[in-house]
Amino acid sequence: MNAPNSFRTGPDENGHFGLFGGRFVAETLMPLILDLETAYNEAKADPAYKAETDAGLKHYVGRPSPLYYAERLTEHLRESAEPGMGAKIYFKREELNHTGSHKVNNVLGQILLARRMGKKRIIAETGAGQHGVATATLCARYGLECVVYMGAVDVARQAPNVFRMKMLGATVVPVQSGSKTLKDAMNEALRDWVTNVHDTFYCIGTVAGPHPYPAMVRDFQSVIGHETRAQMLELEGRLPDSLVACIGGGSNAMGLFHPFLDDPSVKIFGVEAAGHGIPSGEHAASLTGGRPGVLHGNRTYLLMDDDGQIAEAHSISAGLDYPGIGPEHSWLHDVGRATYISATDQEALAAFQLVAKLEGIIPALEPAHALAKVTELAPSFPEHHLMVVNLSGRGDKDIPQVAEILGTRL
Amino acid sequence: MSTRLEARFRDCAAQGRAALVTFITAGDPDFDTSLSLLKALPAAGSDVIELGVPFTDPMADGPAIQAAGLRALKAGQTLKKTLAMVRAFREGDATTPIVLMGYYNPIYIYGVDRFLVDALTAGVDGLIVVDLPPEEDEELCLPALRAGLDFIRLATPTTDDKRLPAVLANTAGFVYYVSITGITGAATADPQAVGQAVARIKRHTGLPVAVGFGVKTPEQAAAIAAGADGVVVGSALIDALRGTLDAEGHATPATVPAVTGLVGALAEAVRGVRRQAAE
Repeated sequence: MNAPNSFRTGPDENGHFGLFGGRFVAETLMPLILDLETAYNEAKADPAYKAETDAGLKHYVGRPSPLYYAERLTEHLRESAEPGMGAKIYFKREELNHTGSHKVNNVLGQILLARRMGKKRIIAETGAGQHGVATATLCARYGLECVVYMGAVDVARQAPNVFRMKMLGATVVPVQSGSKTLKDAMNEALRDWVTNVHDTFYCIGTVAGPHPYPAMVRDFQSVIGHETRAQMLELEGRLPDSLVACIGGGSNAMGLFHPFLDDPSVKIFGVEAAGHGIPSGEHAASLTGGRPGVLHGNRTYLLMDDDGQIAEAHSISAGLDYPGIGPEHSWLHDVGRATYISATDQEALAAFQLVAKLEGIIPALEPAHALAKVTELAPSFPEHHLMVVNLSGRGDKDIPQVAEILGTRL
Repeated sequence: MSTRLEARFRDCAAQGRAALVTFITAGDPDFDTSLSLLKALPAAGSDVIELGVPFTDPMADGPAIQAAGLRALKAGQTLKKTLAMVRAFREGDATTPIVLMGYYNPIYIYGVDRFLVDALTAGVDGLIVVDLPPEEDEELCLPALRAGLDFIRLATPTTDDKRLPAVLANTAGFVYYVSITGITGAATADPQAVGQAVARIKRHTGLPVAVGFGVKTPEQAAAIAAGADGVVVGSALIDALRGTLDAEGHATPATVPAVTGLVGALAEAVRGVRRQAAE
């Protein structure tokens, strides 16, 4: 496939990134997503909206998040590397944001947009609960009704976040249909939206769904990459050599990657969840183990059977447990601008513990997948190679689950 | 030559009544029972059959049709088997129109061109694909129309006069008016509001307008039939079917009669209402 002049111009006016994206929704929702697109385009052009989001990111979210040199992890990986090898590793500290993950960057933008549109009721889907917590938080902040759909399986394994959302005044609806995880939560949120069209704003948590969501969520998350660029220039006087981020739907990854897509010297690695291993079939690696199909409003790589029935994903991490991926990642995969690899449950669990002990930072299980691949990638690059990994969330929410896996009774 | 859908709506109009459109999910609760039910629907009073194509993630469907799809998938139903059901039905019925209703992914994975050929050969008359709005017409709608299959569009309460022409532009067979904002089998529509909406759509098209979502009882069907060219009943039939299944979810001797019994009552109610326009 021929490389385009720029990787940053998508989507086209119909929401397509090459073959991917689009607007595959029921007619009832079509007028709503057209309204949303218009409202978002107007907001983008309005300096008052930009000022309001910038102020929120600074004073409420706590941005900019630090770009931190992970010295002990770097040295640890150099010990087992060939002489002169072992990249210098930086963490983009998104886990320090208010609510504990990158999710809040997007939610702030969408909630301020919902306010502009006069919507009083906010719905959201959530997997690990990080997007649900961020949405519940901003709804509390702005006095909006909040309903969060969460698969019943995820409600059980992410109990701290369920309680957090309730504390924040949100209604958490455990979804009992299908596989009872993130994809089913998204189905149920769409069913709510199609029913409550007049007053409800659907705050999607990742770079997926019908146009304009993939582009809009990417724009809100791109603050991660823009900051990283400026911070690395200040710290090292040059751009990073590689970027690494975990991918469920892919919003933290797209936020880091997008501002660097047209810098050919920057290598880009997305890490999908390999669950019990790709050959086992029990994984959530849509690009590695799936093929293009249509679900949740967009065409993208999906896990499915030969009849087009969507498969159940598997990952230790509820936030990556989704059988699809944002359409722009599918496009970057096909045009070869980004490289997509995968980490298993066991690899993520090992990285979770390693980084806690070496850096005093307990990562969420989601970025632990990215960290797992950093332990393999870093030794393959020379010492002057600058590698940035998106530490997209903190691991507090995962403590009960990890304790149980490690055989510790809390 | 007129299509089966044109002929059937014309015949019903000539009788001064609305058509009864019945929805069942293909392969629910198993292939053989579902095929028996399909074959029994015309005699029970069904004028047009909507055959649901099971999908794991039916975003526009309520609990009844979600569960029906999962029962069918569990019993091994595939799109290929659904086309085989239509083929088997056509051996004994050359006139009752069959419209496949579902979501795009199974068709996309089957392959659009191959699907259109196989669907036409099997005797399918039209397609309703919930997640393909006019914005995605290039995907399936236009190829289907070129191949000679009707593509039936959903119009909804959120489809305003400005948008309606775009929605109707490439619609054929009939227009399916979704009477509520919501999922299948949920709230019940107000017949007066529905009548006004149908009249609004008819100002933009000469096609018949059938009304569905939330029509459950013969009384409701009769009320809707007074102001529409067709009445669609789905979730209520699925509920009737589900009520006859044994503890393991398998069909019993009561399964087919329970559904055809309700279809009969609905047909009687719909046929009892003379349309204003025909008087």
